[in-house]
Amino acid sequence: MTASPAARARRRFFANPAATLGLVLLTTLALSAIFADAIVALLNLNADAVDFANRYAPPSAASPLGGDELGRDVLARLLAGGRVSLAVGLAAAIGAASIGAAIGLIAGFRGGWIDAALMRLTDLMLALPVLPLLIVLAAVDPAKLGFEGAAGPGASVVRIVAIVALVGWPGAARLTRAAALAARSEDYVRAARAVGVHPVRIALRHVAPSAAGPLIVAATLAMGQVILFESTLSFLGLGVEPPLASWGAMLANAQETVWEQPMLAVWPGLAIFLTVVAVNFVGDGLRDAANPRAERRR
Amino acid sequence: MERMILKRLVASALTLLALSAMCFALLTLMPGDPIDQLVGSDPRVTPEDIARLKAYYGVDQPFWARWQAWLARLASGEFGYSRLFAAPVADVLGPALARTAGLAAAALLISTVIGVSAGIVAALRPRSLFDHVASFLAFAGVAAPSFWLALMAMALFSITLGWLPASALPSDPEAGLLERLRHLIMPVAILAALETAAIFRHARAAVGDALLHQHVLTARSKGLPGRRVIWGHVLPGAMIPLTTVLALDLGGLVSGALIVEVMFGLPGMGKLLYDAILGADYNLAMAALMVGAGAIFLANALADMAYGLLDPRIQTGGLAP
Repeated sequence: MTASPAARARRRFFANPAATLGLVLLTTLALSAIFADAIVALLNLNADAVDFANRYAPPSAASPLGGDELGRDVLARLLAGGRVSLAVGLAAAIGAASIGAAIGLIAGFRGGWIDAALMRLTDLMLALPVLPLLIVLAAVDPAKLGFEGAAGPGASVVRIVAIVALVGWPGAARLTRAAALAARSEDYVRAARAVGVHPVRIALRHVAPSAAGPLIVAATLAMGQVILFESTLSFLGLGVEPPLASWGAMLANAQETVWEQPMLAVWPGLAIFLTVVAVNFVGDGLRDAANPRAERRR
Repeated sequence: MERMILKRLVASALTLLALSAMCFALLTLMPGDPIDQLVGSDPRVTPEDIARLKAYYGVDQPFWARWQAWLARLASGEFGYSRLFAAPVADVLGPALARTAGLAAAALLISTVIGVSAGIVAALRPRSLFDHVASFLAFAGVAAPSFWLALMAMALFSITLGWLPASALPSDPEAGLLERLRHLIMPVAILAALETAAIFRHARAAVGDALLHQHVLTARSKGLPGRRVIWGHVLPGAMIPLTTVLALDLGGLVSGALIVEVMFGLPGMGKLLYDAILGADYNLAMAALMVGAGAIFLANALADMAYGLLDPRIQTGGLAP
């Protein structure tokens, strides 16, 4: 009995306990973010209601994780914050992978000085420290770039997705370039070139599909990275603006009140940690499943 | 060799120049300009005064002209004046650079010793208990947000246990050396822990790869004692990739230092940059960015030269970041 390559890859993925655990964890987190409102309503909680009687309230049956410095329910805020963190992570990972794919495809397919220049830029991005770069980009005034009226919490989410994607692309660029380089000398690409297919069409129709596998892996791993970037920027007060809360922004609050209630700093950080672990497990599992001959290193 | 170094230096200088233009451009995109900041909301200053001040300081000039003027001042050793600290930028930068260098050097030393030795042990005994525990801890250290680990350490050691202070500098400026060092334990330990996690992973991978090399198999099959195989054949092969990734990881060390400095209130380069950007002190921000980038470039260049010593086969023709 012969299974399709996809079915075999799927079987290899689920034969890997870490990858399966990561997928279960990630699905749980994603579902709790998507249905955050419903869960909050079901548990009879409210993410925004200020209630000073509930200030630093200890965990109870009605409020499983207690209250924060304004008496808001911590579990409800955690669910709402997860929605922002995961949405930003997903959007920025897709953005970073797209930028990286475009750069890698052009570099690998064109070669020559364009390749040299683009890879030099990629190496430079990898060598530069990420955090100072993120801080500088986050301080740029969108109005001076011509985005008038781009203010408020919603705009801050779009802004942070753009910033994080602008910094998170080099990994995807390298992987795509390697795949494009390999595909360039394949017979079917040479055949397409010989019959005079337009280079852009060759790049998109014949080279890009062979880079899809590595790119999905790169995008998954990039998601873990960009979630960390977002949380750090929000922690430093340069990310999403209140009243929207991401996990990083919750930790910024928790730092101010850490002397009164250290437990408030535990939950959002744990949530970020679990998400990044889950994403990395899934990413590594996908890579191993797609590439059975590659030696498994840990 | 001289030619190679010269080529490297020219390439690095050109990249730094391009980087300075990029940073300068980004800083001009930040809210307000230097004169608006200077004048603030002083009602005695008329719009005519502002226009005159802008013309005097060249703020009304186009971007390229201002960048060139900045370069010219830099060439004469002039970093400008820090509005935030009311002092010349060079005077602010010097002590901050010394603090960050001390913090980073201490953390790097600790983490290289622990990370590399643990990585070697783990790679030589794959899937042993030690390997599993160390790999798990290292993975956790890479996956957890650095600021959260610092916050948790603060909550545990300063608040719950009360063993260590939660600030990097004593509140009493007359404090003795021991008290000063006690304040530095947590910042250094946290930065070292973060860096150890990264270094362990690289060392584990590099030694694991080197174990599979043909010459290692040959040395083993001809009956060389294990100790000599490891010291004579495995570790030298692992040093080259390890040097590369350690140099690449310096960016991570700088980011980690920034977080630690901001959280523990240590006025080093990272906190300086953070304060300068938030306080719209662009002379200071520009200088801090350039000094930081220069340091990273220098470290990468040194790593490249180290290959030449570690591996005579390598002809470094590539241009470095």
